Amino acid sequence: MSNKPAKNRKRGAAMVPLGDRVFYVINAVFLGILAVIVIYPLYFIIIASISDPDAVLTGKAVFFPVGITFSGFKKIMERTDVWIGYLNTIIYTAITVVVSLIVTIPAGWALSRKTLPGKKLFMIYFIIPMFFGGGLIPFYNVMRKLGLINSMWAIILPSVLSVWNLFMTKIFFESSIPDDLIEAAKIDGAGVFRTFFCIVLPLSKAVIAVMALYYAVGQWNSYFNAMIFLQDENLYPLQLVLKEILIASESTVGGSGETILEQYRLANQLKYVSVIVSSLPVILLYPFVQKHFKQGVMIGSLRG
Amino acid sequence: MINGKSTNHVQTSAKTEKNRFILKLRDLKDNSPYLVMLIPAVVVVFLFNYMPIYGILIAFQDFVPGDSILSETTQWVGFDNFSRFFNDPQFWPLMRNTFLLCIIGFVIGFPLPIIVALMLNSLRKKKAGKILQTVFTAPHFISLVVMVGMLTIFFGRYGLINNIVTEFGGERFSYFLESSAFRPLYILSSNWQDFGWSAIIYIAALSNVDPQQHEAANLDGASRFQRIIYVDLPAIMPIVSVMLIMSIGGLMGVGYEKALLMQTDGNLAVSELISTYVYKRGLTGLPDQGYATAIGLFNSVINVVLLIIANSASKKFSENSLW
Repeated sequence: MSNKPAKNRKRGAAMVPLGDRVFYVINAVFLGILAVIVIYPLYFIIIASISDPDAVLTGKAVFFPVGITFSGFKKIMERTDVWIGYLNTIIYTAITVVVSLIVTIPAGWALSRKTLPGKKLFMIYFIIPMFFGGGLIPFYNVMRKLGLINSMWAIILPSVLSVWNLFMTKIFFESSIPDDLIEAAKIDGAGVFRTFFCIVLPLSKAVIAVMALYYAVGQWNSYFNAMIFLQDENLYPLQLVLKEILIASESTVGGSGETILEQYRLANQLKYVSVIVSSLPVILLYPFVQKHFKQGVMIGSLRG
Repeated sequence: MINGKSTNHVQTSAKTEKNRFILKLRDLKDNSPYLVMLIPAVVVVFLFNYMPIYGILIAFQDFVPGDSILSETTQWVGFDNFSRFFNDPQFWPLMRNTFLLCIIGFVIGFPLPIIVALMLNSLRKKKAGKILQTVFTAPHFISLVVMVGMLTIFFGRYGLINNIVTEFGGERFSYFLESSAFRPLYILSSNWQDFGWSAIIYIAALSNVDPQQHEAANLDGASRFQRIIYVDLPAIMPIVSVMLIMSIGGLMGVGYEKALLMQTDGNLAVSELISTYVYKRGLTGLPDQGYATAIGLFNSVINVVLLIIANSASKKFSENSLW
């Protein structure tokens, strides 16, 4: 990422003053340590999930898996609550993405047009919620009024529009769709809708991808709305099931020494495995979508 | 074009008025599809953002869940809920817990991404920088539930840290039941998750720095470190101040989501925040919704005030501001 011109580099390290060379080494070492701090916890969970639970519990499996076993994965296959949660999360995420794109993309396009009647008012309308909201309790009461308690739509509908995403879309359209093109389409007699569907959308794959990913990850990872709005366990999304597996055991300590230990042994193994199983789709997707996520932040940074 | 070849002055202006009106109408008709495109977004924001703002009214009522907000039986109590909160024995602990968690998190979490971005930017090997950035961004996509789950995996009673400690003859104890461990765990894990993500925006700004500036500084004999201070840092200052304003606006705005997951009976003395208290008083046990809403409103007003102060301070001392 150095901005040094290439010719400088060709002349070799001798050109770099000693002080700078020390700086480069320290810099690289520091970033390397940081990388280890980021990677090791993730790496440990992977090795712990396939190690013998006793080896993990006695602190033997620290750098490499010890006594490789897949019993944890077998155990999680038998957990129907995990798979119901998984299926629910996939359904909620898919619907959220589709609806949110229908809501966000056209609105972003409309807001980006100078000819939008009442543009200023609409901008204010969408900016206010970025800085001020009713808070948790009034939100809950609105959801109850709308009859959404214990319904999957309580999870989906409030997540179909993020005002941040709306403004990001608007900025994308303003900066990357040339005005001449839209002008030309208008002269050729294309209406607003036709222009949007036939000219704008095909040029907007990047922003559509970014928005789909933002909404998808947001929905995949959320637990709180499900916790307060859902009572029926068959509607629970994955994160809520995980919450029981991963966290509940830590605060409820009871029973005699031996049984606690045995419980922890099994509970911990299930923890490692469920972390992996639940994060798998995101992990697998991450390398492919990474550049899009970054693009999203860049679009956002144009504001600044 | 509008008045054509009309000769009469008065007639012209009247005609112009009329034509202008017609043009305006035609303009509105031409652009009305944009309004249609906005409808779904307007409706969603109205339902889930504006309706709750209207619901704030219950902060000034003795509200029984299930009642309607405006009816003949509504019990208006003025600012009673607020004064009740100020006299609540929990008031100062909540303020202190929320403020400390936010301010310590800010002091560590704000500069860290900037430093990392500057360091990544001054790596000599471009490719290594790209790979490192990918690694640093990854934890951002871990859900809060899994993140807190990972904390129990490492710092729980039977977690990795304790397993190693007991191997060396130490005593097991759960960091989750220790109130002194709550803030470090909360802040460090948040930073671990998000420093790479937050750095992206600075890295993007750094990639726009004119290489000629670096060359010129090089010719002047500036070391790489000096170039960071005098070339790179000034280049990202505008974006830094925008981010600063935003973070100050969120200084008292820490959410309940992560804190609720990390709360145990053992650490409640420091882990109870304004937001988690609102959740508990308003939605669990015997709900006291008017009271909880008043506390939440108090908190959001603090946030808006902080944001306005930060913005006007930034406007005064530099040219950067949100509005």
